[in-house]
Amino acid sequence: MTTTESTDVLVIGSGFGGAIAAYHLAAGGAQVKVFERGPWLKADDFEHDFKLGASYTRVFDFVIGDGMSVLGGNCVGGGSVVYFATMPRAPRFVFERHGSIGRRMWPAAISRDTLEPWYDRVAEALPVTQQTWDRVPYAGGLFAAACHHAGRTANPAPSAIDVDMCTNCNWMMAGCRFDAKRSLLLNYLPAALAHGAEIRPLHEVQHLVRNADGSYRVHYRVVDEEDYRILHGEGTIDAKIVVLAAGAGATPVILQRSEPHLGRMPHAVGRYFSGNGERLNTAVFDEDRVREVLKLSRPDGRAYEAYQIGRGPTVASWDRLDGALPEFERYSLEQLYFPPALGTILAQVPDASPSWFGREKKEMLRRWQSWLTIFTMSEDDNEGVFGPPPETGNAHRFSQQMLGHGPLRYRPTENTRRGWSLADADVKDILERDGLSRVMPWTNDLVGAYTVHPLASCRIGDDPATSALDDRHELRGHPGIFVTDGSAVPGALTVNPASTIAALAERAMPGIVRAARDRGVAVTYGAPSPDGETAGRRAVAHLRS
Amino acid sequence: MESDEAAEHRVRTMVLEAFADTIIPGEKRGPDDAAIAGVDVGGGAVAGGAIELLEDPAGGLAPALDTICVELDEYAREHAAATGLDLDPDLPPFVGLPFEARTALVEKLTSPDHPDKQMWVGLALFCNMAFDSAPHMHTVDALASGHPGLLAMGYESPEPDGLWRFPTFSYGRQLADPHPSTTATGSPA
Repeated sequence: MTTTESTDVLVIGSGFGGAIAAYHLAAGGAQVKVFERGPWLKADDFEHDFKLGASYTRVFDFVIGDGMSVLGGNCVGGGSVVYFATMPRAPRFVFERHGSIGRRMWPAAISRDTLEPWYDRVAEALPVTQQTWDRVPYAGGLFAAACHHAGRTANPAPSAIDVDMCTNCNWMMAGCRFDAKRSLLLNYLPAALAHGAEIRPLHEVQHLVRNADGSYRVHYRVVDEEDYRILHGEGTIDAKIVVLAAGAGATPVILQRSEPHLGRMPHAVGRYFSGNGERLNTAVFDEDRVREVLKLSRPDGRAYEAYQIGRGPTVASWDRLDGALPEFERYSLEQLYFPPALGTILAQVPDASPSWFGREKKEMLRRWQSWLTIFTMSEDDNEGVFGPPPETGNAHRFSQQMLGHGPLRYRPTENTRRGWSLADADVKDILERDGLSRVMPWTNDLVGAYTVHPLASCRIGDDPATSALDDRHELRGHPGIFVTDGSAVPGALTVNPASTIAALAERAMPGIVRAARDRGVAVTYGAPSPDGETAGRRAVAHLRS
Repeated sequence: MESDEAAEHRVRTMVLEAFADTIIPGEKRGPDDAAIAGVDVGGGAVAGGAIELLEDPAGGLAPALDTICVELDEYAREHAAATGLDLDPDLPPFVGLPFEARTALVEKLTSPDHPDKQMWVGLALFCNMAFDSAPHMHTVDALASGHPGLLAMGYESPEPDGLWRFPTFSYGRQLADPHPSTTATGSPA
């Protein structure tokens, strides 16, 4: 016979949505446990190594769906450990989007203005800082110079990286060895631990059951630390409040699998998934033209040849983030680094057939250091729908780590395609001008479209027919279950979403604390920033009720 | 005398090598090398370690390799028949195809409407990875031993402690005008 533990709050997932909840609830006095299905690694564990089994394959997941593949964090700290720490706030028009539902997608209570103080809290906590031109790596500089040459603007994007500590090694997808990236391992999570929260890695939640007293019994399995295909023991834990933050690729799957036990899920659970309108183009630059046209040269005399150097994306062009443009035609363009393997297979050779493998592709790889990858984040149409959940987890794991096949189906609509097409043409116009480079979008033929920023699969909204959560992030019809991760975001943001996901989680906290109190948990809201700063707390004090 | 099992494995390896060589081609290892078509100079996916990677249990394809090779040969026979190609009876059918025919067949198998596309794309992905990131080896060892893919790509070497650092990394000057509506926090308006 097994015994069931109990806790005030169970947090599922330890990325932005989970870590922020764990911190505020623990600091307020609640008993908090965090279940994370991935491993718990720290700076010394983050290896510069592509070998299968190194941190690079342990900390993130690549789930191939039908028409959409999703990359996401799979470790304590979630996406914050593997992401590139680019933290712009979403432009004002995003909150007014209608998508294809004929009404504003966002709850009436949320706009850029009302979210601003919560963005400020996140910026204080990580912290997020503005970047300066003198520290922009070569690839960002090249994109900026090409934008300028084409009459466009370009900005160093705000970032949660301590540039003084950064070595520009570009291994940040494997976790930051130097603690320069201000992941959640350095702020919210240690602060939550200091307040008594407990984090359990390799604990994969399978489904939830509602108890007679209105609390929830959470069923989990323990994942093998080396071969994630192997699941060990199972267990249960009771919680008065459940904060679900397993990521937009997993949160709806857990709820779908729970439906036979919890009762009917809102229609929007597992629907309206957005890939943040993401798309990639890879350019191969002509080094001579870089020197002649853009007047760029490195101290060693080379013009560029620096794809490998840097810290992911540093420069973005926001010329098309114009609220006066029609919906689905607005997007940002961001210089990006993608490491080999996942970052090369989908890149296409202009005018070659086949375009993604063979002799010409090998020739393109020989010029890898002259590559520049441009990341489009546009307005997609929330087309993604999750099929029946797999027996465990959110994917049928294929490899020991990283690779799996998931139930997400995505068929881009004409709206989404129009945005991609406009962005592709724009990238081509900027980067091919005066013979600077040749550029092609990545192919969608092999693994479908792909996103590193999955969103909206369990979204907030005012309309019960098209949103799974109310504007306090509570799951409709299932009191005491809150969703605070990227799945709660209503739709594509046209910029990197981490800042907005985190701001929404911060905004949800007073309400979740109140719900916990209503369920008899002795907890208060009002913790300072994880390092003790109080400016952000003061700024939101009047917003608590 | 070669055992049946060893002979089957040798044939399987040839077929897999021919597939890998179609993804990232390289030069022949000798005059009798039938698996590598020899359409490019320098090492390709095979020299990069594609077979070691495919056979690595961590990757997930290893249990399927026997079936994959049987199917690949079957498709090769069909392709040869449909296009009027004569296959060398001493070679596995896929290995017997000339490079252009191997390429055409791989395009067909990985096309969006092929029922087993996912498997063939997976096979191609691993072959590509062997060349461009050598995930069957520690990256520092791959570079030290002259891994053909990483070297061809110009992948920079780490510092002596096995970690990468680029102390010189920036053009060091403003190269574009920021968007005029940028807010005080550095974000779009």
